[in-house]
Amino acid sequence: MGSGHGHALYVHEHSFIHRMAPQAKLLAAIGMVASVAITPREALWAFGIYAVAVAGLFVASRVRLRYLFVRLLAVAPFVLFAFFIPFIASGEKVELGPFNVSVEGLWGAWNILIKATLGASVSILLTSTTEIPDIFRGLAALRIPALFISIATFMIRYLELIIDELGRMRIAMTSRGYDPRWIAQARPIATSAGAMFVRSYERGERVHSAMLSRGFTGEMPIFKQTEPTPAQWAVVSMFVATFVAIATTALVVT
Amino acid sequence: MSADLQAQGVEFNYPDGRRALDGVDLDIAAGERVAILGPNGSGKTTFALHLNGILEPAAGSITIAGMPVIEENYPEIRRMVGLVFQDANDQLFMTTVREDVAFGPMNMGLEGDELDRRVDEALRVVAGTEFADRPPHHLSGGEKRRAALATVLSMDPSILVFDEPTSGLDPAGRRELITTLASLPMTQLIITHDLSLALELCDRSVIMNRGRVVADASTREILSDAELLAQNRLELPRVIGSEG
Repeated sequence: MGSGHGHALYVHEHSFIHRMAPQAKLLAAIGMVASVAITPREALWAFGIYAVAVAGLFVASRVRLRYLFVRLLAVAPFVLFAFFIPFIASGEKVELGPFNVSVEGLWGAWNILIKATLGASVSILLTSTTEIPDIFRGLAALRIPALFISIATFMIRYLELIIDELGRMRIAMTSRGYDPRWIAQARPIATSAGAMFVRSYERGERVHSAMLSRGFTGEMPIFKQTEPTPAQWAVVSMFVATFVAIATTALVVT
Repeated sequence: MSADLQAQGVEFNYPDGRRALDGVDLDIAAGERVAILGPNGSGKTTFALHLNGILEPAAGSITIAGMPVIEENYPEIRRMVGLVFQDANDQLFMTTVREDVAFGPMNMGLEGDELDRRVDEALRVVAGTEFADRPPHHLSGGEKRRAALATVLSMDPSILVFDEPTSGLDPAGRRELITTLASLPMTQLIITHDLSLALELCDRSVIMNRGRVVADASTREILSDAELLAQNRLELPRVIGSEG
């Protein structure tokens, strides 16, 4: 907040990645994540190259690595889940220090850990170098149906309002001595969730009225986008091609 | 450009059957600035939503610049009648103010330089050029209100309808808004509880109560009728030194 920039995820910097047209960045991100996802977990060398490439992009974007690590915490729940797999999974066992763990489980855990981390890193790179409106313009340029984009736009726009409203409701409840400690006291929370739903629905109706008032006929207007330059396409193609090539090689080799 | 407005016997029932408008008659000349006063729940906002066809009357009719407010005229009516909603968050739904201001003109099919010109001009009128590229949720209350006004000004309207334009604004924000409204040449209907705003901006005021127009006279006349004000749950602001 406070800065002129759109959302909490964006990191204001000046790099070629920041300047790149959003549709090019989106395509690159999708291509990279898809390649990572289809790479067989046994191809350790492939993941090594991916990691180096993604780290290189971060350095080029001038987004501080601290941001990357803080935001990577979002994948922590998956990692935690992955941590338990070797202990739970069945099949061939191997001694690992004092533990007797499943080989299959270890591979499973590795698979989740590396793919979640790489996938999340790419998304973090995208959102920290692209402002939200630009991401939507990029999606529109990639011919994503306008309906999906509208839904996402409204969600981003109104999420903060809804969170604020929830906060005010919580303060109102706390002010009247509500301090839930037991499940039996959960009723007001359920009621407030219902109230939130009704309020959001009513807001939706009012927003729709405001849209109709300004001539909305069911189709969102399309805003002009900056076209990627040939150089940007070249960079994106090179990256995606490299990732796809590594994934394909890994698939064939293993 | 300004346009005139006639409402005749406009009736409307809420979906639950309660009567919201019970025969509203109102005649407003082009270029007039009229305050619509009245208690909560008197039908003011419901009436405003009839002026551009968001709500359709159960009986009666409305014409804007001689054009009946019926479905086939909605595109033109909605261009001519700019509604500024009470909660600016309802009016600002795009990711940046500039996109919001462009939304109306783009629905009218404008693009390119003409679109840019409209958007820049609307933002200039509300002194909003500096926050044009910010997302709406990062604006202050006063800025949001001005941005909301810009979103209808960009459609080049002939009639502006405001629903509680100064509610929730600090005195300076209120003053800026009043100055802006005073500078606009369009016909204006201002729904408000702010009687000093009515006195300052509008020569004429209308009081609505229980879905009808119960008084229609000069603002000075209406505000000096203490009994009428009390009957309609209105109260003049007290000025320091005049108490007791």
